[in-house]
Amino acid sequence: MTKQTTIYDEIREKGHSRRDFIKFCGMMAAMLGLEHSAAGQIAKALETKPRLPLIWLHGQECTCCSESFIRSSHPIVADILLDKVSLDYTETLMAAAGHQAEEAMHNTMEKYKGEYLLLCEGSIPLTADGVYCCIGGRSYNDIIQEAADGAKAVIAWGNCASSGCVQAASPNPTGATPIHKVIHGKPIINVQGCPPIAEVMAGVVVHLLAFERIPQLDGLGRPKAFYSRRVHDTCYRRPNFDAGLFVESFDDENARRGYCLYKMGCKGPSTYNSCGVIKWNNGVSFPIQSGHPCIGCSEANFWDNGPFYRRLPEFPGFGIESTADKVGVALGVGTAVGIAAHAITTNIRKKKLIERGHCEPEESNT
Amino acid sequence: MEKRIVVDPVTRIEGHLRVEVEVKDGKIVDAFSSGTMVRGLELILKGRDPRDAWAFTERVCGVCTTVHALASVRTVEDALGIAVPPNAEMVRNLMFCAQYMQDHVVHFYHLHALDWVDVVSALIADPVATSQLAQSISNWPKSSPGYFSDLQKRLTKFVQSGQLGIFANGYWGHPAYKLPAEVNLIGVAHYLEALEWQKEIIKIHTIFGGKNPHPNYLVGGAACSINIDENNAINAERLAYVGRLLDEAHTFINQVYIPDLLAVASFYKNDWGAIGGGLTNYLAYGDLPTNGYSDVERFKFPRGIIMGRNLNEVIPVDGKDPDQIKEFINHSYYDYSSGVEQGLHPWDGETNLNYTGPKPPYDYLNVEDKYSWLKTPRWKGNPMEVGPLSRMLVGYASGRDEYKEVVHYALNKLDVPVTALFSTLGRTAARGLESILVADWAKEFYNQLLANIRNGDTRMANNEKWEPATWPTEAKGVGMTEAPRGALAHWIVIKDKKIDNYQLVVPSTWNASPRDGKGQRSAYEESLIGTPIANPDQPLEILRTIHSFDPCLACAVHVYDEKGKYVHQIQTF
Repeated sequence: MTKQTTIYDEIREKGHSRRDFIKFCGMMAAMLGLEHSAAGQIAKALETKPRLPLIWLHGQECTCCSESFIRSSHPIVADILLDKVSLDYTETLMAAAGHQAEEAMHNTMEKYKGEYLLLCEGSIPLTADGVYCCIGGRSYNDIIQEAADGAKAVIAWGNCASSGCVQAASPNPTGATPIHKVIHGKPIINVQGCPPIAEVMAGVVVHLLAFERIPQLDGLGRPKAFYSRRVHDTCYRRPNFDAGLFVESFDDENARRGYCLYKMGCKGPSTYNSCGVIKWNNGVSFPIQSGHPCIGCSEANFWDNGPFYRRLPEFPGFGIESTADKVGVALGVGTAVGIAAHAITTNIRKKKLIERGHCEPEESNT
Repeated sequence: MEKRIVVDPVTRIEGHLRVEVEVKDGKIVDAFSSGTMVRGLELILKGRDPRDAWAFTERVCGVCTTVHALASVRTVEDALGIAVPPNAEMVRNLMFCAQYMQDHVVHFYHLHALDWVDVVSALIADPVATSQLAQSISNWPKSSPGYFSDLQKRLTKFVQSGQLGIFANGYWGHPAYKLPAEVNLIGVAHYLEALEWQKEIIKIHTIFGGKNPHPNYLVGGAACSINIDENNAINAERLAYVGRLLDEAHTFINQVYIPDLLAVASFYKNDWGAIGGGLTNYLAYGDLPTNGYSDVERFKFPRGIIMGRNLNEVIPVDGKDPDQIKEFINHSYYDYSSGVEQGLHPWDGETNLNYTGPKPPYDYLNVEDKYSWLKTPRWKGNPMEVGPLSRMLVGYASGRDEYKEVVHYALNKLDVPVTALFSTLGRTAARGLESILVADWAKEFYNQLLANIRNGDTRMANNEKWEPATWPTEAKGVGMTEAPRGALAHWIVIKDKKIDNYQLVVPSTWNASPRDGKGQRSAYEESLIGTPIANPDQPLEILRTIHSFDPCLACAVHVYDEKGKYVHQIQTF
């Protein structure tokens, strides 16, 4: 048997230097919210670990997760994920031979039983014996059950696999069902978003490679590293919200000044994702920065929590009902659920400063 | 004796597609194309806010992301009578162009090239000869002997490791591969370079739409306001970023993609310039408005129809005429309340799922009866091909000089007659030729956007009809666009501020649909007839023609012998 090459070997073969490699590990550590010393741990793990076998399946989906995946911005990330990890079966990326491809998948399933990772893109239609998604004459449910059986863990890419996404929106005509409701007895990581951010996808895989364990997950199965903060809390427009400065209609004067999009229906206050921190496509922008409200794509059932342009308070049970208006009218009132707990005076001052376009150093609120 | 070859699923495309073909005396004599996945989005859209429809429909496809969002906002704008500001038109055009350039390059290198390029053969290439060849066809700087030698060493090590990864089990060595080793090595080098480049060009979507895949759109314009004196809006930094990405894209297309395309084509022109022509009718809705969407004459991609390959006449197409575009379900798993025989115009369209195919697991579809989740669209009863070849032919037949220029350039360079366009290779070449045009046009749109701002026009959204209170009780609209894969349109009926009916007729529905009630095949099926199959275990030829359409469905290939016994199954790009 040929010696299994490590990821570090592969990276060197690709022509990257050790310095590049360490930089990459540092970036991954930062992205995962780890101490800088963890970079050494990641580097060590990637230097010595054999390539992790992966099987990637497609159900009811639009392939936006695969597309996002190949946009991973760090130069080495693409290398790692395209051929540093042993991607033994991928309908999207592999060159050839269904017969041989299926054989490759079965070889992996046998040889690495209990060790390989199963990556799934898309939901599973359960209505009508699964006839709404068939591959090679088999129902997707049949295929994924077999593949999940020997998997060490399952990654559910995106909203489709995590919560059914658009096809599961009311009335869900095909019975589109997320992975975790169908596959049992396996650790399942829900990497949410429509699609998930490329660097988040890379980060989750690297976490598994480097630490050999499932990342900490929130109550909905999402890795805490990337889904523990609301978009609202990490949004660079947040000071405008606190100051009661809102876009009132698209492309109005306030929109041109980058005020808060809350009144335009922004779902940032109820959406957990990394858009405000990592941003998209190598940190170029994210929806709010480009002037559009967050539509909440990393939350279960976000399609039925709309309409998108209706602001959150009009939904019963959501705690910030009157916040925007009160803040807007009374110039800064703390919210019932503690979203904005700043002192009124601070907000009034902040509002005036922003309106004047001043950029003074801010006094501490505490 | 006939062999049945089943292709299910072909990978490296979006969605799930199955193709069954009959082979006799080494040639395909009949073909059946089937979509094997359905999500019922049209049912889900009922009762929703029309302003939200773009987000739902954008999720039809993450490969050609943006195109459904554009069709959707246009549909609603058409229904409500909204004209978008000139800047929003330019931003939409720029996003459109970015999508085309990214999609066509990814298609050529990552979805289609391995049908023509033998990766393993690149191992025996002479790096010095490769360098000379590369420098003779392009000014692209990454062309030294050392560059190709390093790549070859990496490739050799990769192959020797025994782990071929995504290149494992290709048809390497198949007699239908005809490129010299040096061209194959260039192909592999650019395969890798294109993978890096494609994540750059889509940043135009991120700048204007906040993310990619699935950037944000807005009924009435675009959400990214312009304010050149503000850090939180489209300003000089953002625009300069877009300008740089457009320059890089222009260079990549003209110095990498096009020289490679012509080099590959020159070795396959004699056979594949005559195979896979298929239908003789071509449809393009046109796109890239320069004077508002209502001024069709000023589209960069003209609208029209060519019948019977007659390039002397361009026939107009009207999406609102109830007698022109209709969808049939004779061989599709649906019911119509008016019965199966009658086609329906999309405004009256119905989506009633009714699967009557074999219970999975199954070996064959019942092709005599219903066999696909795709409906069968027809223009005045005729099957139409849509896509890059249709756009190129409609532009050429419309007498546009820039189209004639690129077409004649390619025909002269390859020394082939104009009839070579009607082929598998012609379809693949048309995709490249329009990329040249799109890369040029994108710069025009960019300059127009800058000129507008310079002249004091920074409007980005028209809000006059934003509030549902301003809408009529009932309204109908059509929104058309040209997706990279072809003519795409959405039809909407709005009642009481909500979506009453929403129908999508997508490019792959035109091309990949099952035959109609008269037995007329659609584009995929027709284009496969007569295609030679050298080795049924490795039906590379099927993949070449099917991939030339850039299918928006995912497929695999299963090959069965005449008794239905399993012989082989192929999974490929």
